[in-house]
Amino acid sequence: MSVLDPIQKRLMEEIADLHDVPVGAYNFRANSKAVARNTTANIDIVSKEDGSGIDIKIKPGTKKESVHIPVVISASGIKEVVYNDFFIGEDSDVVIVAGCGIDNCGKQDSQHDGVHRFFVGKGAHIKYVEKHYGSGDGMGKRILNPVTEVYMEEGSSMEMEMVQIKGVDSTVRTSICKLDKDAKLVVHERLMTHGEQNAESVYKVELNGDGSSADVVSRAVARDSSFQKFDALIIGNAACHGHTECDSIIMDNGKIVAVPSLQANNVDAELFHEAAIGKIAGEQLDKLMSLGLTAQEAEEQIINGFLK
Amino acid sequence: MLEIKDLSYIVDSEDGKKTIIDNISLTIDDGKFTVITGPNGGGKSTLAKLIAGIVKPTSGSILLDGEDITDMSITDRAMRGISYAFQQPVKFKGLQVFDLLKIAAGKERNLKVNDACTYLSEVGLCARDYINREVNSSLSGGELKRIEIATVLARGTKMSVFDEPEAGIDLWSFQNLTRIFENMRKDIKDGSIIVISHQERILKVADEIIVLADGKIVNQGEGANILPQIMGTNSAVRPCSKLGEEA
Repeated sequence: MSVLDPIQKRLMEEIADLHDVPVGAYNFRANSKAVARNTTANIDIVSKEDGSGIDIKIKPGTKKESVHIPVVISASGIKEVVYNDFFIGEDSDVVIVAGCGIDNCGKQDSQHDGVHRFFVGKGAHIKYVEKHYGSGDGMGKRILNPVTEVYMEEGSSMEMEMVQIKGVDSTVRTSICKLDKDAKLVVHERLMTHGEQNAESVYKVELNGDGSSADVVSRAVARDSSFQKFDALIIGNAACHGHTECDSIIMDNGKIVAVPSLQANNVDAELFHEAAIGKIAGEQLDKLMSLGLTAQEAEEQIINGFLK
Repeated sequence: MLEIKDLSYIVDSEDGKKTIIDNISLTIDDGKFTVITGPNGGGKSTLAKLIAGIVKPTSGSILLDGEDITDMSITDRAMRGISYAFQQPVKFKGLQVFDLLKIAAGKERNLKVNDACTYLSEVGLCARDYINREVNSSLSGGELKRIEIATVLARGTKMSVFDEPEAGIDLWSFQNLTRIFENMRKDIKDGSIIVISHQERILKVADEIIVLADGKIVNQGEGANILPQIMGTNSAVRPCSKLGEEA
């Protein structure tokens, strides 16, 4: 971590809970440059020949290992598109932590568009955590447009945790997932926007194999004058099970559009969706205030719990 | 000591104004276990909410230990020692049982898991099974009700108001509720407990009974004197015939 300056270190803590160099494989990228990398006997990280990103190769059967690939940007005016490909070997079980932190104190916009593609081998299980965070009080915007593509082979499973709680001015998150037989996908998205921020989250999940299942759940809070759109489409092309849910709290002058949608192309596809948008219930505030919290403290507790 | 003076609560209704609480005055002394009973729609729950500050009166005043709390917020009343158990416990997405108990115990106390365990056992829940559960619809009505009571126990304030604590809970809880109230009375010096209930079992252990109907106090006095007068009316009902026979 000695290669990082204090702002970059702080961003690193926010997005990856990293206070020090992690155990296992990692690749740190700061202001468009790879600044540190570690590989293990089972996990290899190589730069793409054209310099557009990295390939992460996880050997079949790799268990209980982790990969950290955080990105931090602390300079104003950086615009980059990075392609990272994950090749996850059969029957492996790994945790992948990605994330991007931008600190922009300058006048120019800073933008990081990360394109992550996951090729999940047969029977493999991965947990993928992606956190986004922005800070800095300059006029320049902090922009993140992540694209996640997931290709899941037979019997594989993936848990995705997508978190963006603070400081990103504009984001369009696109996730495209294709599942083969008996593959299982669980997505938990947590999103909070404030100020004038815009956040769009688009999911397109194709359940192509019999026995495949997907559960895409989003919890979102829109404060101040921010805007959010949640657009999740689950397509059932086989005897599968799909569920998507968007649960949102709206505050101040926030605006939220929730568009959960389903498409069944097979008579044995079972697909469900739910969406709810509402302000914090008055009785929830009353209860916490009756336990001694002020109205503001009660509101914070309710939101923290909701986004936990 | 809680003093209620000329308290009224009037709401707008389709036929004009409806008086829910009609010019009530009463005093609840420290160290007393007071049960407020009466027919449904008589204003019992509203009176509890007026004491906790959930609703504000149209006129009149409420004094706690001589201090006028009529215009105080729910928080300020809570800080002065009023706890309130909701008739219908509030659900929270994401907040866990332990979170709620920690909030109830207050920042200064920094409640530990062991302490939380004590409160949950008191209401008949095993902490190990419940501490990390979300306070949401995955819990049954009875479980939520017991957790609601546990939050009041964790606060340990001098005045606790329970709005129909027995409503919707199972036999275990019902039989143990009176024990919980008795323990609270022992543990909190000069603590007073106000329970809204028309269950005979709870009325039996009351020091004082207040009967409320149509927003007015229609009877009031020592439990032993009042109970025989209201037995068999809808101000004192048995939980079920089986329990009645057993008692």
